[in-house]
Amino acid sequence: MKIAVCLKRVPDTEMRFAVAPDGKSLDASGLKFDISDFDGYAVEVALRLNEQHGPGEVVAVALGPDALQETLRKALSMGVDRGVHLKADPVPFDGLSIAHALAAELKDQGFDLILFGRVATDTGNGTVGPMTAALLGLPCVTAISKLDLSGGQGTAQRELEGATETVTFPLPAVLTIDEGIARPRLPSLKGIMAAKKKPVESKSAALGTVQLTVDKLELPPERTGGRIVGEGPDAVPELVRLLHDEAKVL
Amino acid sequence: MADCFAFAEFRAGAPRKVAFETVSAARKAADATGGGTVTALCIGGAGIAARAGELGRYGADRVLVVEHPDLARYSPEVFAATAAARLKTGACRAGFFSASAEGRDLAPRVAAALNVGLASDVTSFEVTPEALIARHPVYVGKAIATLRLTGTPALVSLRPGAVTAVEQARSAQVESARPALDPAAAQVKVTDLVQRAATRMDLGEAPVVVSGGRGLKAAENFKLVEDLAAAFGNAAVGATRAVTDDGWRPSSDQIGQTGRLVSPALYVAVGISGAIQHLAGMRTAKVIVAINRDKDAPIFKLADYGIVGDLFEVVPRLTEAIKRIRSEQ
Repeated sequence: MKIAVCLKRVPDTEMRFAVAPDGKSLDASGLKFDISDFDGYAVEVALRLNEQHGPGEVVAVALGPDALQETLRKALSMGVDRGVHLKADPVPFDGLSIAHALAAELKDQGFDLILFGRVATDTGNGTVGPMTAALLGLPCVTAISKLDLSGGQGTAQRELEGATETVTFPLPAVLTIDEGIARPRLPSLKGIMAAKKKPVESKSAALGTVQLTVDKLELPPERTGGRIVGEGPDAVPELVRLLHDEAKVL
Repeated sequence: MADCFAFAEFRAGAPRKVAFETVSAARKAADATGGGTVTALCIGGAGIAARAGELGRYGADRVLVVEHPDLARYSPEVFAATAAARLKTGACRAGFFSASAEGRDLAPRVAAALNVGLASDVTSFEVTPEALIARHPVYVGKAIATLRLTGTPALVSLRPGAVTAVEQARSAQVESARPALDPAAAQVKVTDLVQRAATRMDLGEAPVVVSGGRGLKAAENFKLVEDLAAAFGNAAVGATRAVTDDGWRPSSDQIGQTGRLVSPALYVAVGISGAIQHLAGMRTAKVIVAINRDKDAPIFKLADYGIVGDLFEVVPRLTEAIKRIRSEQ
Protein backbone atom coordinates (compact mmCIF):
# COMPACT_ATOMS: atom_id res chain seq x y z
CA MET A 1 0.00 0.00 0.00
CA LYS A 2 1.05 3.55 -0.62
CA ILE A 3 0.15 5.71 2.38
CA ALA A 4 0.64 9.42 3.01
CA VAL A 5 0.68 10.74 6.58
CA CYS A 6 0.21 14.46 7.02
CA LEU A 7 2.06 15.83 10.03
CA LYS A 8 2.12 19.08 11.90
CA ARG A 9 4.97 20.48 13.94
CA VAL A 10 3.53 21.95 17.12
CA PRO A 11 4.90 23.34 20.39
CA ASP A 12 4.98 20.94 23.31
CA THR A 13 1.82 21.83 25.25
CA GLU A 14 3.42 21.07 28.61
CA MET A 15 5.52 24.23 28.19
CA ARG A 16 4.78 27.62 29.69
CA PHE A 17 3.40 29.86 26.96
CA ALA A 18 3.83 33.59 26.40
CA VAL A 19 2.34 35.80 23.70
CA ALA A 20 4.80 37.40 21.21
CA PRO A 21 5.02 41.22 20.99
CA ASP A 22 2.74 41.21 17.90
CA GLY A 23 -0.10 40.07 20.19
CA LYS A 24 -1.17 37.49 17.61
CA SER A 25 1.27 34.64 17.94
CA LEU A 26 3.16 32.60 20.45
CA ASP A 27 6.56 33.66 21.70
CA ALA A 28 8.53 30.76 20.24
CA SER A 29 11.70 31.35 22.25
CA GLY A 30 12.47 28.42 24.50
CA LEU A 31 9.62 26.31 23.15
CA LYS A 32 10.19 22.69 22.22
CA PHE A 33 8.45 21.36 19.14
CA ASP A 34 7.34 17.89 18.19
CA ILE A 35 4.90 15.95 15.99
CA SER A 36 1.35 16.81 17.06
CA ASP A 37 -0.08 14.10 19.36
CA PHE A 38 -2.69 12.61 17.06
CA ASP A 39 -0.40 12.82 14.02
CA GLY A 40 1.94 10.47 15.91
CA TYR A 41 -0.91 7.97 16.09
CA ALA A 42 -1.47 8.39 12.35
CA VAL A 43 2.20 7.56 11.68
CA GLU A 44 1.87 4.42 13.79
CA VAL A 45 -1.28 3.35 11.94
CA ALA A 46 0.45 3.82 8.58
CA LEU A 47 3.49 1.79 9.65
CA ARG A 48 1.37 -1.04 11.05
CA LEU A 49 -0.80 -1.21 7.93
CA ASN A 50 2.29 -1.66 5.81
CA GLU A 51 3.63 -4.29 8.19
CA GLN A 52 0.30 -6.16 7.91
CA HIS A 53 -0.45 -5.73 4.24
CA GLY A 54 2.98 -6.34 2.79
CA PRO A 55 5.66 -3.93 1.64
CA GLY A 56 4.55 -0.55 0.42
CA GLU A 57 5.54 3.03 0.96
CA VAL A 58 4.77 5.48 3.74
CA VAL A 59 5.35 9.14 2.91
CA ALA A 60 5.24 11.88 5.54
CA VAL A 61 3.99 15.22 4.23
CA ALA A 62 4.24 18.35 6.33
CA LEU A 63 3.76 22.06 5.81
CA GLY A 64 5.75 24.63 7.73
CA PRO A 65 9.03 26.46 8.27
CA ASP A 66 12.51 25.01 7.71
CA ALA A 67 12.68 23.76 11.28
CA LEU A 68 10.09 21.22 10.19
CA GLN A 69 12.88 19.07 8.76
CA GLU A 70 13.59 17.87 12.29
CA THR A 71 9.93 16.80 12.71
CA LEU A 72 10.01 14.90 9.42
CA ARG A 73 13.27 13.19 10.48
CA LYS A 74 11.53 11.93 13.58
CA ALA A 75 8.81 10.34 11.44
CA LEU A 76 11.51 8.82 9.21
CA SER A 77 13.27 7.42 12.26
CA MET A 78 10.00 5.73 13.29
CA GLY A 79 10.01 3.93 9.93
CA VAL A 80 8.45 6.29 7.39
CA ASP A 81 10.18 5.90 4.00
CA ARG A 82 10.47 9.48 2.80
CA GLY A 83 9.40 13.00 3.58
CA VAL A 84 7.91 15.91 1.69
CA HIS A 85 8.37 19.38 3.14
CA LEU A 86 5.96 22.01 1.85
CA LYS A 87 7.57 25.29 2.79
CA ALA A 88 5.37 27.89 4.47
CA ASP A 89 6.40 30.33 7.17
CA PRO A 90 4.31 31.20 9.04
CA VAL A 91 1.78 28.39 8.74
CA PRO A 92 -1.64 29.99 8.21
CA PHE A 93 -4.28 29.45 10.89
CA ASP A 94 -6.85 28.83 8.14
CA GLY A 95 -7.25 25.07 7.67
CA LEU A 96 -8.70 25.49 4.20
CA SER A 97 -5.63 27.37 2.98
CA ILE A 98 -3.45 24.48 4.21
CA ALA A 99 -5.81 21.90 2.73
CA HIS A 100 -5.41 23.50 -0.71
CA ALA A 101 -1.63 23.11 -0.48
CA LEU A 102 -1.86 19.50 0.69
CA ALA A 103 -4.45 18.58 -1.94
CA ALA A 104 -2.23 20.06 -4.66
CA GLU A 105 0.67 17.90 -3.42
CA LEU A 106 -1.28 14.68 -2.84
CA LYS A 107 -3.46 14.53 -5.92
CA ASP A 108 -2.68 11.97 -8.64
CA GLN A 109 0.10 10.35 -6.58
CA GLY A 110 -1.67 7.02 -6.28
CA PHE A 111 -2.02 6.97 -2.49
CA ASP A 112 -4.33 4.25 -1.18
CA LEU A 113 -4.72 6.08 2.11
CA ILE A 114 -4.05 9.60 3.29
CA LEU A 115 -3.90 9.84 7.08
CA PHE A 116 -4.12 12.79 9.42
CA GLY A 117 -4.31 13.18 13.19
CA ARG A 118 -7.84 14.03 14.36
CA VAL A 119 -6.84 17.52 15.46
CA ALA A 120 -3.60 19.47 15.85
CA THR A 121 -2.79 20.44 19.42
CA ASP A 122 -1.80 24.00 18.45
CA THR A 123 -4.81 25.42 16.60
CA GLY A 124 -7.27 22.82 17.87
CA ASN A 125 -9.14 23.14 14.58
CA GLY A 126 -9.34 19.55 13.29
CA THR A 127 -10.38 20.73 9.85
CA VAL A 128 -7.49 20.08 7.46
CA GLY A 129 -8.12 16.33 7.01
CA PRO A 130 -11.77 16.45 5.93
CA MET A 131 -11.14 19.63 3.91
CA THR A 132 -8.29 18.01 2.01
CA ALA A 133 -10.52 15.00 1.32
CA ALA A 134 -13.28 17.23 0.01
CA LEU A 135 -10.85 19.08 -2.28
CA LEU A 136 -9.50 15.76 -3.57
CA GLY A 137 -13.00 14.31 -3.94
CA LEU A 138 -12.02 11.31 -1.79
CA PRO A 139 -14.17 9.50 0.76
CA CYS A 140 -13.26 10.52 4.30
CA VAL A 141 -13.88 9.19 7.79
CA THR A 142 -12.80 11.36 10.74
CA ALA A 143 -11.70 10.63 14.29
CA ILE A 144 -11.49 6.87 13.92
CA SER A 145 -10.59 4.71 16.89
CA LYS A 146 -10.52 1.36 15.06
CA LEU A 147 -9.64 0.38 11.50
CA ASP A 148 -9.88 -2.76 9.41
CA LEU A 149 -8.99 -3.06 5.72
CA SER A 150 -9.72 -5.88 3.34
CA GLY A 151 -10.30 -6.15 -0.39
CA GLY A 152 -10.15 -2.45 -1.17
CA GLN A 153 -12.80 -1.75 1.45
CA GLY A 154 -12.33 -0.27 4.91
CA THR A 155 -14.35 -0.46 8.11
CA ALA A 156 -13.75 2.04 10.87
CA GLN A 157 -15.23 2.98 14.21
CA ARG A 158 -15.81 6.49 15.50
CA GLU A 159 -16.71 7.53 19.02
CA LEU A 160 -19.66 9.90 19.22
CA GLU A 161 -21.19 11.42 22.33
CA GLY A 162 -22.55 8.36 24.11
CA ALA A 163 -22.41 6.12 21.05
CA THR A 164 -20.07 4.27 18.70
CA GLU A 165 -20.52 4.47 14.95
CA THR A 166 -19.33 1.83 12.47
CA VAL A 167 -18.48 3.24 9.06
CA THR A 168 -17.55 1.54 5.78
CA PHE A 169 -15.69 3.22 2.93
CA PRO A 170 -13.87 2.33 -0.30
CA LEU A 171 -10.18 2.98 -0.96
CA PRO A 172 -8.52 5.30 -1.74
CA ALA A 173 -9.67 7.33 1.24
CA VAL A 174 -8.70 10.01 3.74
CA LEU A 175 -8.84 9.07 7.43
CA THR A 176 -8.24 11.12 10.56
CA ILE A 177 -6.98 9.19 13.54
CA ASP A 178 -8.12 9.44 17.14
CA GLU A 179 -5.95 8.23 19.97
CA GLY A 180 -6.27 4.75 21.36
CA ILE A 181 -5.97 3.13 17.96
CA ALA A 182 -2.23 2.45 18.15
CA ARG A 183 0.30 3.94 20.55
CA PRO A 184 3.15 5.51 18.54
CA ARG A 185 6.43 3.61 18.66
CA LEU A 186 9.61 5.27 19.82
CA PRO A 187 12.33 5.64 17.20
CA SER A 188 14.99 2.95 17.59
CA LEU A 189 18.68 3.75 17.35
CA LYS A 190 18.76 1.83 14.08
CA GLY A 191 15.77 3.84 12.89
CA ILE A 192 17.48 7.11 13.79
CA MET A 193 20.60 6.10 11.83
CA ALA A 194 18.54 4.95 8.84
CA ALA A 195 16.53 8.18 8.86
CA LYS A 196 19.66 10.19 8.08
CA LYS A 197 19.86 8.58 4.64
CA LYS A 198 16.17 8.80 3.78
CA PRO A 199 15.11 11.44 1.25
CA VAL A 200 13.24 14.62 2.18
CA GLU A 201 12.04 16.71 -0.71
CA SER A 202 11.43 20.43 -0.13
CA LYS A 203 9.19 22.63 -2.23
CA SER A 204 7.10 25.72 -1.69
CA ALA A 205 3.53 25.20 -0.52
CA ALA A 206 0.72 26.20 -2.88
CA LEU A 207 -1.42 27.69 -0.11
CA GLY A 208 -5.02 28.65 -0.79
CA THR A 209 -6.49 32.10 -0.10
CA VAL A 210 -6.58 32.87 3.61
CA GLN A 211 -10.05 33.71 4.95
CA LEU A 212 -9.46 33.01 8.63
CA THR A 213 -6.84 34.95 10.55
CA VAL A 214 -5.83 35.53 14.15
CA ASP A 215 -6.61 39.05 15.38
CA LYS A 216 -5.37 38.49 18.87
CA LEU A 217 -3.85 35.80 21.03
CA GLU A 218 -4.26 35.97 24.79
CA LEU A 219 -3.54 33.81 27.75
CA PRO A 220 -6.83 32.89 29.39
CA PRO A 221 -7.92 35.21 32.18
CA GLU A 222 -6.66 33.90 35.47
CA ARG A 223 -9.58 32.21 37.12
CA THR A 224 -10.44 33.76 40.43
CA GLY A 225 -10.00 30.22 41.75
CA GLY A 226 -7.83 29.13 44.55
CA ARG A 227 -10.51 29.57 47.17
CA ILE A 228 -10.40 26.78 49.70
CA VAL A 229 -13.80 26.56 51.36
CA GLY A 230 -12.54 24.38 54.16
CA GLU A 231 -11.09 21.05 55.16
CA GLY A 232 -12.79 17.68 55.37
CA PRO A 233 -16.48 16.78 55.31
CA ASP A 234 -17.39 19.62 57.69
CA ALA A 235 -16.76 22.06 54.81
CA VAL A 236 -19.58 20.52 52.77
CA PRO A 237 -22.47 22.71 54.09
CA GLU A 238 -20.52 25.88 53.31
CA LEU A 239 -19.64 24.57 49.82
CA VAL A 240 -23.28 23.81 49.09
CA ARG A 241 -24.33 27.24 50.37
CA LEU A 242 -21.77 28.93 48.08
CA LEU A 243 -22.86 26.86 45.08
CA HIS A 244 -26.47 27.77 45.77
CA ASP A 245 -26.28 31.42 46.86
CA GLU A 246 -23.11 32.73 45.22
CA ALA A 247 -22.43 30.64 42.11
CA LYS A 248 -26.15 29.92 41.63
CA VAL A 249 -25.51 26.57 39.99
CA LEU A 250 -27.76 24.46 42.20
CA MET B 1 -30.00 42.79 7.80
CA ALA B 2 -28.57 39.40 7.05
CA ASP B 3 -29.92 35.90 6.80
CA CYS B 4 -28.24 33.15 8.77
CA PHE B 5 -28.16 29.38 8.68
CA ALA B 6 -28.01 26.73 11.39
CA PHE B 7 -27.45 23.04 11.03
CA ALA B 8 -29.69 21.39 13.63
CA GLU B 9 -28.42 17.99 14.68
CA PHE B 10 -30.92 15.18 15.31
CA ARG B 11 -30.22 11.80 16.77
CA ALA B 12 -32.69 8.93 17.13
CA GLY B 13 -35.44 11.12 15.70
CA ALA B 14 -35.09 13.99 18.19
CA PRO B 15 -33.22 17.30 18.14
CA ARG B 16 -30.08 17.30 20.25
CA LYS B 17 -29.39 20.12 22.69
CA VAL B 18 -26.65 21.34 20.36
CA ALA B 19 -29.33 21.88 17.69
CA PHE B 20 -30.96 24.54 19.88
CA GLU B 21 -27.54 26.09 20.47
CA THR B 22 -26.73 26.48 16.76
CA VAL B 23 -30.20 27.89 16.05
CA SER B 24 -29.87 30.35 18.95
CA ALA B 25 -26.46 31.42 17.64
CA ALA B 26 -27.85 31.99 14.15
CA ARG B 27 -30.68 34.05 15.67
CA LYS B 28 -28.16 36.14 17.58
CA ALA B 29 -26.08 36.68 14.44
CA ALA B 30 -29.13 37.64 12.38
CA ASP B 31 -30.41 40.04 15.05
CA ALA B 32 -26.98 41.65 15.33
CA THR B 33 -27.28 42.68 11.69
CA GLY B 34 -30.77 44.14 12.08
CA GLY B 35 -32.75 40.91 11.97
CA GLY B 36 -32.68 38.54 9.01
CA THR B 37 -34.26 35.19 8.38
CA VAL B 38 -32.85 32.20 10.24
CA THR B 39 -33.05 28.97 8.30
CA ALA B 40 -32.41 25.73 10.15
CA LEU B 41 -31.67 22.50 8.32
CA CYS B 42 -32.35 19.13 9.88
CA ILE B 43 -31.71 15.78 8.24
CA GLY B 44 -32.86 12.40 9.49
CA GLY B 45 -35.09 9.38 9.08
CA ALA B 46 -38.83 9.41 8.57
CA GLY B 47 -40.73 11.25 11.31
CA ILE B 48 -38.27 13.97 12.30
CA ALA B 49 -40.60 16.65 10.87
CA ALA B 50 -42.81 16.11 13.93
CA ARG B 51 -40.04 17.52 16.13
CA ALA B 52 -38.67 20.13 13.71
CA GLY B 53 -41.05 22.86 14.85
CA GLU B 54 -39.26 22.95 18.23
CA LEU B 55 -36.42 24.80 16.52
CA GLY B 56 -38.73 27.80 16.13
CA ARG B 57 -38.71 28.29 19.89
CA TYR B 58 -34.98 28.95 19.68
CA GLY B 59 -35.17 31.46 16.88
CA ALA B 60 -35.61 29.68 13.55
CA ASP B 61 -37.96 31.34 11.07
CA ARG B 62 -37.79 28.51 8.63
CA VAL B 63 -36.97 24.87 9.20
CA LEU B 64 -36.02 22.71 6.24
CA VAL B 65 -36.60 19.06 6.95
CA VAL B 66 -34.91 16.39 4.88
CA GLU B 67 -36.50 13.07 5.74
CA HIS B 68 -35.24 9.92 4.12
CA PRO B 69 -35.28 6.31 5.31
CA ASP B 70 -31.55 6.01 4.52
CA LEU B 71 -30.67 9.14 6.50
CA ALA B 72 -31.72 8.02 9.98
CA ARG B 73 -27.98 7.71 10.60
CA TYR B 74 -25.38 10.33 9.71
CA SER B 75 -24.20 10.26 6.11
CA PRO B 76 -21.25 12.67 5.81
CA GLU B 77 -21.42 13.12 2.05
CA VAL B 78 -25.19 13.60 1.83
CA PHE B 79 -25.34 15.89 4.86
CA ALA B 80 -22.42 18.01 3.57
CA ALA B 81 -23.80 18.28 0.03
CA THR B 82 -27.26 19.23 1.33
CA ALA B 83 -25.96 21.82 3.80
CA ALA B 84 -23.64 23.31 1.17
CA ALA B 85 -26.46 23.52 -1.38
CA ARG B 86 -28.66 25.36 1.14
CA LEU B 87 -25.90 27.77 2.13
CA LYS B 88 -25.31 28.58 -1.54
CA THR B 89 -28.91 29.60 -2.17
CA GLY B 90 -29.78 33.07 -0.92
CA ALA B 91 -27.34 35.54 0.57
CA CYS B 92 -26.45 33.80 3.78
CA ARG B 93 -24.16 35.81 6.05
CA ALA B 94 -23.17 33.07 8.48
CA GLY B 95 -23.70 29.36 9.02
CA PHE B 96 -23.54 27.64 12.40
CA PHE B 97 -22.71 24.03 13.17
CA SER B 98 -21.98 22.33 16.46
CA ALA B 99 -18.46 21.19 17.26
CA SER B 100 -20.03 17.87 18.29
CA ALA B 101 -18.63 14.61 16.92
CA GLU B 102 -20.98 14.93 13.94
CA GLY B 103 -20.49 18.67 13.45
CA ARG B 104 -16.70 18.44 13.61
CA ASP B 105 -16.92 15.98 10.74
CA LEU B 106 -19.54 17.88 8.78
CA ALA B 107 -18.55 21.56 8.99
CA PRO B 108 -15.07 21.24 7.36
CA ARG B 109 -16.59 19.34 4.43
CA VAL B 110 -19.16 22.10 3.91
CA ALA B 111 -16.48 24.81 4.18
CA ALA B 112 -14.34 23.06 1.55
CA ALA B 113 -17.34 22.57 -0.75
CA LEU B 114 -18.12 26.30 -0.55
CA ASN B 115 -14.45 27.31 -0.42
CA VAL B 116 -15.05 29.55 2.63
CA GLY B 117 -13.29 29.82 5.98
CA LEU B 118 -14.45 27.92 9.04
CA ALA B 119 -13.80 28.88 12.66
CA SER B 120 -13.92 25.67 14.71
CA ASP B 121 -14.82 24.93 18.30
CA VAL B 122 -15.85 28.51 18.98
CA THR B 123 -16.78 29.59 22.50
CA SER B 124 -18.19 33.06 21.68
CA PHE B 125 -18.61 35.29 18.63
CA GLU B 126 -19.83 38.63 17.27
CA VAL B 127 -20.88 39.70 13.81
CA THR B 128 -19.54 43.04 12.58
CA PRO B 129 -20.26 44.65 9.21
CA GLU B 130 -16.86 43.49 7.87
CA ALA B 131 -16.27 40.15 9.52
CA LEU B 132 -17.33 37.52 11.96
CA ILE B 133 -15.16 37.63 15.05
CA ALA B 134 -14.89 34.39 17.01
CA ARG B 135 -13.03 33.23 20.08
CA HIS B 136 -11.52 29.77 20.15
CA PRO B 137 -9.27 28.07 22.70
CA VAL B 138 -5.89 27.10 21.21
CA TYR B 139 -2.82 25.28 22.51
CA VAL B 140 -5.09 22.89 24.41
CA GLY B 141 -6.82 25.75 26.17
CA LYS B 142 -3.64 27.47 27.34
CA ALA B 143 -4.39 30.45 25.10
CA ILE B 144 -7.45 32.02 23.52
CA ALA B 145 -7.38 33.18 19.90
CA THR B 146 -9.66 35.89 18.60
CA LEU B 147 -10.29 34.98 15.00
CA ARG B 148 -11.44 37.03 12.05
CA LEU B 149 -13.46 35.31 9.38
CA THR B 150 -13.78 37.21 6.15
CA GLY B 151 -15.69 35.72 3.27
CA THR B 152 -19.38 34.90 3.03
CA PRO B 153 -20.96 32.83 4.35
CA ALA B 154 -18.75 32.76 7.43
CA LEU B 155 -18.92 29.27 8.92
CA VAL B 156 -18.60 28.55 12.61
CA SER B 157 -18.72 25.38 14.68
CA LEU B 158 -19.69 26.03 18.29
CA ARG B 159 -18.27 24.19 21.28
CA PRO B 160 -21.22 22.31 22.81
CA GLY B 161 -22.50 24.12 25.88
CA ALA B 162 -20.49 27.30 25.25
CA VAL B 163 -23.39 29.18 23.66
CA THR B 164 -26.63 29.11 25.63
CA ALA B 165 -29.79 28.09 23.81
CA VAL B 166 -32.30 30.91 24.40
CA GLU B 167 -36.02 30.27 24.15
CA GLN B 168 -38.17 32.95 22.61
CA ALA B 169 -41.67 33.51 21.31
CA ARG B 170 -41.30 32.60 17.68
CA SER B 171 -42.70 29.88 15.54
CA ALA B 172 -41.05 28.44 12.49
CA GLN B 173 -42.43 27.54 9.14
CA VAL B 174 -41.54 23.90 8.54
CA GLU B 175 -40.86 22.87 4.95
CA SER B 176 -39.86 19.57 3.54
CA ALA B 177 -36.72 19.45 1.38
CA ARG B 178 -34.75 16.88 -0.57
CA PRO B 179 -31.18 15.69 -0.07
CA ALA B 180 -28.74 17.24 -2.54
CA LEU B 181 -27.12 13.85 -3.10
CA ASP B 182 -28.83 10.49 -3.45
CA PRO B 183 -28.02 8.56 -0.23
CA ALA B 184 -27.47 5.45 -2.36
CA ALA B 185 -24.58 7.25 -4.12
CA ALA B 186 -22.68 7.94 -0.87
CA GLN B 187 -19.30 6.18 -0.58
CA VAL B 188 -18.98 6.49 3.19
CA LYS B 189 -21.78 4.65 4.95
CA VAL B 190 -22.59 4.48 8.65
CA THR B 191 -23.63 0.86 9.00
CA ASP B 192 -24.17 0.72 12.74
CA LEU B 193 -24.69 3.02 15.70
CA VAL B 194 -24.46 1.53 19.16
CA GLN B 195 -25.65 3.69 22.04
CA ARG B 196 -23.75 3.26 25.29
CA ALA B 197 -25.62 3.23 28.61
CA ALA B 198 -28.49 5.35 27.39
CA THR B 199 -29.65 6.26 30.89
CA ARG B 200 -26.62 8.43 31.53
CA MET B 201 -26.33 12.00 30.35
CA ASP B 202 -23.72 12.77 27.74
CA LEU B 203 -20.62 14.64 28.90
CA GLY B 204 -21.06 17.35 26.30
CA GLU B 205 -24.69 18.00 27.14
CA ALA B 206 -24.88 17.64 30.90
CA PRO B 207 -25.09 20.91 32.87
CA VAL B 208 -23.06 19.21 35.62
CA VAL B 209 -20.03 16.99 35.16
CA VAL B 210 -18.59 14.98 38.05
CA SER B 211 -15.15 13.60 37.25
CA GLY B 212 -12.87 11.23 39.05
CA GLY B 213 -9.11 10.79 39.04
CA ARG B 214 -6.45 8.53 40.49
CA GLY B 215 -7.35 9.74 43.96
CA LEU B 216 -10.23 7.28 43.87
CA LYS B 217 -7.62 4.52 44.17
CA ALA B 218 -9.64 1.76 42.46
CA ALA B 219 -12.20 1.30 39.69
CA GLU B 220 -14.94 0.22 42.10
CA ASN B 221 -14.64 3.47 44.04
CA PHE B 222 -16.04 5.30 41.03
CA LYS B 223 -19.37 4.43 42.61
CA LEU B 224 -18.83 7.52 44.81
CA VAL B 225 -18.59 9.66 41.68
CA GLU B 226 -21.61 8.00 40.12
CA ASP B 227 -23.67 8.43 43.29
CA LEU B 228 -22.82 12.13 43.38
CA ALA B 229 -23.74 12.49 39.70
CA ALA B 230 -27.01 10.67 40.35
CA ALA B 231 -27.77 13.00 43.27
CA PHE B 232 -27.47 16.02 40.95
CA GLY B 233 -29.84 14.33 38.54
CA ASN B 234 -28.48 16.34 35.60
CA ALA B 235 -24.87 15.22 35.72
CA ALA B 236 -22.57 13.12 33.56
CA VAL B 237 -19.54 11.20 34.79
CA GLY B 238 -16.08 11.95 33.43
CA ALA B 239 -12.57 10.73 34.17
CA THR B 240 -8.93 11.68 33.78
CA ARG B 241 -6.64 10.07 31.27
CA ALA B 242 -4.76 8.21 33.98
CA VAL B 243 -8.01 6.53 34.93
CA THR B 244 -9.09 5.63 31.39
CA ASP B 245 -5.55 4.41 30.57
CA ASP B 246 -5.81 2.08 33.55
CA GLY B 247 -9.12 0.77 32.25
CA TRP B 248 -11.12 1.95 35.28
CA ARG B 249 -13.42 3.78 32.89
CA PRO B 250 -14.00 3.57 29.11
CA SER B 251 -11.82 5.90 27.04
CA SER B 252 -14.99 7.70 25.89
CA ASP B 253 -15.26 9.13 29.44
CA GLN B 254 -11.88 10.84 29.24
CA ILE B 255 -11.91 14.61 29.66
CA GLY B 256 -8.80 16.40 28.52
CA GLN B 257 -6.49 17.33 25.69
CA THR B 258 -6.86 13.97 24.01
CA GLY B 259 -10.43 13.34 25.17
CA ARG B 260 -13.63 15.31 25.46
CA LEU B 261 -13.65 19.10 25.82
CA VAL B 262 -16.51 20.12 28.10
CA SER B 263 -17.99 23.43 29.28
CA PRO B 264 -20.62 22.54 31.89
CA ALA B 265 -22.17 25.03 34.29
CA LEU B 266 -20.62 23.08 37.15
CA TYR B 267 -17.59 20.78 37.11
CA VAL B 268 -16.78 18.73 40.19
CA ALA B 269 -13.26 17.27 40.22
CA VAL B 270 -12.92 14.39 42.64
CA GLY B 271 -9.44 13.12 43.46
CA ILE B 272 -7.99 14.92 40.43
CA SER B 273 -4.64 16.65 40.83
CA GLY B 274 -5.08 18.84 37.75
CA ALA B 275 -2.55 17.80 35.11
CA ILE B 276 -2.42 20.18 32.14
CA GLN B 277 -3.73 17.41 29.92
CA HIS B 278 -6.91 17.26 32.04
CA LEU B 279 -7.32 21.02 32.56
CA ALA B 280 -7.34 21.46 28.77
CA GLY B 281 -10.64 19.61 28.65
CA MET B 282 -12.53 21.41 31.41
CA ARG B 283 -11.07 24.83 32.10
CA THR B 284 -13.94 26.55 30.29
CA ALA B 285 -16.47 25.19 32.82
CA LYS B 286 -18.36 28.05 34.43
CA VAL B 287 -17.85 26.92 38.03
CA ILE B 288 -15.23 24.42 39.15
CA VAL B 289 -15.25 22.56 42.46
CA ALA B 290 -12.29 20.45 43.54
CA ILE B 291 -12.06 17.86 46.27
CA ASN B 292 -8.54 16.63 46.90
CA ARG B 293 -6.41 15.50 49.78
CA ASP B 294 -3.34 17.46 48.65
CA LYS B 295 -3.76 21.18 49.32
CA ASP B 296 -0.98 21.96 46.83
CA ALA B 297 -2.67 20.12 43.94
CA PRO B 298 -2.76 22.36 40.80
CA ILE B 299 -6.53 21.85 40.48
CA PHE B 300 -7.03 24.19 43.46
CA LYS B 301 -5.48 27.08 41.53
CA LEU B 302 -8.20 26.71 38.93
CA ALA B 303 -11.12 25.70 41.13
CA ASP B 304 -13.59 28.34 42.26
CA TYR B 305 -14.29 26.33 45.39
CA GLY B 306 -12.08 23.69 46.93
CA ILE B 307 -12.31 21.30 49.82
CA VAL B 308 -9.05 19.85 51.09
CA GLY B 309 -9.71 16.46 52.55
CA ASP B 310 -10.26 12.78 52.15
CA LEU B 311 -12.64 12.32 49.24
CA PHE B 312 -13.94 9.08 50.80
CA GLU B 313 -15.35 11.23 53.62
CA VAL B 314 -16.18 14.42 51.73
CA VAL B 315 -17.95 13.01 48.66
CA PRO B 316 -20.60 10.92 50.49
CA ARG B 317 -21.41 13.96 52.65
CA LEU B 318 -21.71 16.13 49.53
CA THR B 319 -23.91 13.51 47.85
CA GLU B 320 -26.29 13.59 50.85
CA ALA B 321 -26.38 17.40 50.82
CA ILE B 322 -27.13 17.56 47.07
CA LYS B 323 -29.84 14.91 47.44
CA ARG B 324 -31.46 17.00 50.18
CA ILE B 325 -31.36 20.16 48.06
CA ARG B 326 -32.73 18.38 45.01
CA SER B 327 -35.58 16.85 47.00
CA GLU B 328 -36.61 20.36 48.07
CA GLN B 329 -36.55 21.73 44.50
